[in-house]
Amino acid sequence: MSEIDQTDRRIIEATQGGIPIVRHPYAVVAEDLGLDEAEVIARLQGLIARGVVRRIAAAANHYALGMAANGMTVWDVADEAVTEIGRKIGALDYVTHCYQRPRDPPDWPYNLFAMVHGATRDEVEQKRREIAVLIGHLSRADDILYSKRILKKTGVRLTAGGR
Amino acid sequence: MNRSHRTASVALDALDRAILNRLQDGFPLTPDPFADVAREFNCDADELVARLKRLHAENAITRFGPFIDTVAMGGAFCLCAMAVPVDRFERITEIVNGFHQVAHNYERDHKLNMWFVLGTATPGEIDTVADEIEQATCLRVHRFPKLEEYFVGFRVAA
Repeated sequence: MSEIDQTDRRIIEATQGGIPIVRHPYAVVAEDLGLDEAEVIARLQGLIARGVVRRIAAAANHYALGMAANGMTVWDVADEAVTEIGRKIGALDYVTHCYQRPRDPPDWPYNLFAMVHGATRDEVEQKRREIAVLIGHLSRADDILYSKRILKKTGVRLTAGGR
Repeated sequence: MNRSHRTASVALDALDRAILNRLQDGFPLTPDPFADVAREFNCDADELVARLKRLHAENAITRFGPFIDTVAMGGAFCLCAMAVPVDRFERITEIVNGFHQVAHNYERDHKLNMWFVLGTATPGEIDTVADEIEQATCLRVHRFPKLEEYFVGFRVAA
């Protein structure tokens, strides 16, 4: 794991909920923490270089953008083929997450999860059929779970003081 | 389609869409980052700030800032699911959402009808928290940790 010192941690804690949408956001973060703007920028660059921060960016709201339908497609793919299949599915532009996860039989025979987004449920179903064609006979069973409601969406927060 | 979670559709003009697409890819780490982005669009930096503020206020963007890799920080994630009896759904939602380690929680149309992500500061806490949720709800928490990640895109075309 990367070395993260106390100052890095303070910057992460101060910004994980978002940075201010103002002309000089890093200067505001720096002022709040009693640091220089240049140090905040340099440390965030360092955290990106070490992979602790993936990027600084906006998270779009799928619903507001008209991508109202999302379906979690799940597949039971033979273990020896799952990596190859997973890479193919993960490369599709309408798949935002693609993971291999453990099965939990008998309730849950599926080991490959791919989140598919579309403007409508019909569009999501069309994409699901495309994925089915891609996997072919290597999938023994599959299903799709549509989201009915967002019950909570806060993102992961580090607790104060870390650990 | 269930409408309860739909945001009133946000009216976006072409520049809004261009800004949303651009800022999902990344935001500069410079002293005047909005000016750097504004140059790409031939618009004014202050107008860009104003538009982004509006998009945030209208909930077209849910967050603006660093995306932290919890695992790189020594933490852990786990996708979990429960089969919640319909008549207890609201009460169970309150209990589950009350755990600060629950980052996202979705109702889905399946026998396993509640799906949430746990994020904890250390890998060992995943099972501890999942066990606590089982005790608090008297329901089994199915755990689906990531074994392999093939690609995580993050971009939604605006």
